[in-house]
Amino acid sequence: MAEKSGADILVECLIDLGVEVVFGYPGGAVLPIYDALYNHPTIKHVLVRHEQGATHMAEGYARSTGKPGVVLVTSGPGATNAVTGITDALMDSIPMVVITGQVPTQLIGTDAFQEADTIGITRHCSKHNYLVKTPGKLAEVIHEAFHIATTGRPGPVVVDIPKNVQIATAPYAKPELKVHASYRPQTKADAAGIDAAVEMLAAAERPVFYTGGGVINSGPQASALLRELAALTGAPVTSTLMGLGAYPASGDAWLGMLGMHGTFEANWAMNQADLILCIGARFDDRVTGRLDAFAPNSRKVHIDIDRSSINKIVDVDVPIVADIASALDDMIALWKQRNHQKADLTQWWARIAGWRARKSLDYAENSIEIMPQRAIADLYAATKATGKDVIITTEVGQHQMWAAQHFGFDAPNKWLTSGGLGTMGYGFPAAIGAQMGNPDSITICIAGDASIQMNIQELGTASQYRLPVKIFILNNEYMGMVRQWQELTYESRYSNSYSDSLPDFVKLGEAYGWTGIRIEGPQELEAGIRQMLETDGPVIVDCRVAKMSNCFPMIPSGASHTDMLLDPSQVKGSMTDEAKALV
Amino acid sequence: MHIQEELSQRHVLSLTVSNEAGILARIAGLFTARGYNIDSLTVADITQDHGVSRITIVTNGPPKVIDQIIAQLDRLVPVHKVTDLTEAGPFVERELALVKVAGVGEDRIEALRLADVFRAKVVDTTIESFIFEITGTTDKIDNFVGLMRQIGLVEVGRTGVVGLIRGKEAN
Repeated sequence: MAEKSGADILVECLIDLGVEVVFGYPGGAVLPIYDALYNHPTIKHVLVRHEQGATHMAEGYARSTGKPGVVLVTSGPGATNAVTGITDALMDSIPMVVITGQVPTQLIGTDAFQEADTIGITRHCSKHNYLVKTPGKLAEVIHEAFHIATTGRPGPVVVDIPKNVQIATAPYAKPELKVHASYRPQTKADAAGIDAAVEMLAAAERPVFYTGGGVINSGPQASALLRELAALTGAPVTSTLMGLGAYPASGDAWLGMLGMHGTFEANWAMNQADLILCIGARFDDRVTGRLDAFAPNSRKVHIDIDRSSINKIVDVDVPIVADIASALDDMIALWKQRNHQKADLTQWWARIAGWRARKSLDYAENSIEIMPQRAIADLYAATKATGKDVIITTEVGQHQMWAAQHFGFDAPNKWLTSGGLGTMGYGFPAAIGAQMGNPDSITICIAGDASIQMNIQELGTASQYRLPVKIFILNNEYMGMVRQWQELTYESRYSNSYSDSLPDFVKLGEAYGWTGIRIEGPQELEAGIRQMLETDGPVIVDCRVAKMSNCFPMIPSGASHTDMLLDPSQVKGSMTDEAKALV
Repeated sequence: MHIQEELSQRHVLSLTVSNEAGILARIAGLFTARGYNIDSLTVADITQDHGVSRITIVTNGPPKVIDQIIAQLDRLVPVHKVTDLTEAGPFVERELALVKVAGVGEDRIEALRLADVFRAKVVDTTIESFIFEITGTTDKIDNFVGLMRQIGLVEVGRTGVVGLIRGKEAN
C-alpha cells in the first residue's frame, strides 16, 4: 500500500468524513497540514483573525447545519486561544472537532517554542481528546473523534498532532467503522420508562413540557415529534434558552421561555404543574431558581441522552436515558396504541390564560428613546416579512435575553446563543460560521456594545469571504446585565460596568469594507432595519437604545418561580448575603 | 453567612478502563473539578494484552453525590464499566501496607507478638527494626498502625483498597 504523510492522511480523513469547511489559523506546528490543504478542491479553509473566533464559527456552523464544526489551530497559543470555544461547545453540547498542532514528539515536555500541554489543558473542557504519536494511528483516531463528537451527547473532541507525525508516513486505508470498546451511548429508551411516562401524561391534569437544547441536538425529527406529542396531549410547552425553536413560538401551546428571564406564565405553570415532562433539558440554575421551591407539587419525567444529567440537581420520578427523537417516537407510538385521548385541560389552560393576562413581556415606550425590546420586535417583524430563512445569533447579556423574549423562533437550528458558558464574544463569529453553512439565509448577530468588542477582529474574516452577515448592536453604553445586577444587588454602585471609549461602530465597519448604519431614535428604527436587510454584503448597525432599561421579568437569584420581578418598581436595590452568593 | 456541609457515606467503586495515556489524570481531574472526595485510588493493568486496567476508588459523599460520581465516571470515553461495590452486594476489600517499626528489647518482642495477632509478615529486619507486610481491610490496618505507633512506628506505605464482588461471576 502506498504510504501517505500524516498531514495527507488527515486531509483524506476529512474528505472521507464529508468535511466541507475548516475554520483555522496557521502556525509553525501545523505548516505541514496547511500545505496539504493548499488550494484544496473540496475543503474550504476559513482564515480567522483569532483562534477563539474559529471555535465559535465552528459552533455556529454546527448548530445551524447539524454537521460537526471543524477547527484547525497551531500549538501553544493557538490551542490555548481555542480553549474558551471548546469549553463553550462542551457546555452547550455542540459537535466539534478541534485539530491542534503540537511540537514534535521528541520535544514534548521540554518547554519547546510554542509548546503547551494541550491534552492536559483540554482534558476537562472537551468530551474527549487524543495525542497522536504515530501517523499509523491517525486515521483511526480522526474517524473515532468525529464519531464521539457527533453521537450520544454531542461535544468537542480535541486531536493534538505533533509536527513530526504530520510529516512522517504510514500506509493509509479508510478505517472500518467498528464498535467502540467502551463508548456506547444509550439512545433507545427502556420500555418501562416510556410506559410510565405515557401513563402519567395521560392521567395528568396540569402537565407542562419543559424542553431544552437536547431536542435541537437530536435533529429536526425530534422537533417534529415534539410538536406531534404536544398536539396529541394538548399540554403547554415551555423551553430553555437553548431549546428555542424546537416548538414554534407561534404555536398554540407555547408559553414562552422559562427561568430567570422567562415569562410569568411559563414559570407559574412550572410551579403549579402536577406533571413536568423534561425533554432534553438539564434543570440548570438559570431555569430552576430556588431549588426547594421548584415545581413543588409535580411528578417529573426526565428524558436525556446523558445519564449524568438525570438526578444531578432535581430528583425525578421517571428517568429515561435516550435520544430525544427515539424516546418521543416511542411515546407517541404507545400513546396511539393505548388509544389515549387528549385529557380535558380546560381548567389548566384557563389558569394559564390568567397568568398570560399579566403580559409580563410588556414594556413602556416613549417617543425619544428606542426601547431595546422594541428594536428586537421590529427586527423580528422585518425579517419575517422578507419570507427568507433567518438565523439569529447573540452575544451574552441583556440583548441576549431580550432577543430570546421578543424574537419568535418557529424552527430549530435558527437560534444560536451561548447558554451554558455564557461567552461574550460568541455571537459574531457564530454568525460567520452559520452564514458559511447557510449562504442563502439572513444571518444576524444581535449584540451589545460591550460583548461585540470581544471578537470584533472577525470583521475582517467576514469581509474576506464575502459573507453578508449583519451585526445589530443594541448600544446602551453599558455592560447592561452587569449594571442590572449592580442595581439589584449593590445599590447601583456601577463598578466598571460603563462602556467608556467606545469605537464609532459605523466607521469601524467601514474601515473593514462593511456598510455602517446608525439608528439614533424611534423614528429611524424601521428605516434603519430595512436598510440593513436590503444592503448586500455585511452590515453593522449601531442602534442607540434606552441606556437604563433593564431586562424583565426576572427571578432574582435565590428566589422561586413565584417571586418574579415584573418591572423596575419592584427592585429593592440590595440583597441578603445568601442571595448575593448565588451566581 | 456560613457554608453548610452534608452527611457522607463511604463507597468503594470499581472501574474497568482502557489502559491508555492520561486515563488516571482524566479520572483524578474529574474528582477535583467537581469537588468529589478520593480517600484512596488504586490502578493496575489486569488483562493479558495490557488493554484494560482496574481502578478501585474509595470515596465518600451523600447518596446523590455518589450517584453523580458513578454517572460522571461512566460517561468518560475510556471507561468500560463502573460498579459501586458498596451497593452491588457482598464484596471483598483488601489493602496492603508496609509498616516500619524501630525499637529494642521488650518493644521488639511486643511488635512481633502484635504482628502475629494481625497475621503480619516480617519482610525486612535489622537489629533495631522491622518492616511488616500486612493485608486486610482499611480498619484492620489502621488498628495495626495505631498499635505500632505506640511501640515505635517509623513510616508506613499503603496501597489503598482493591475490591471484588463475592461469588463466581465476573463483574
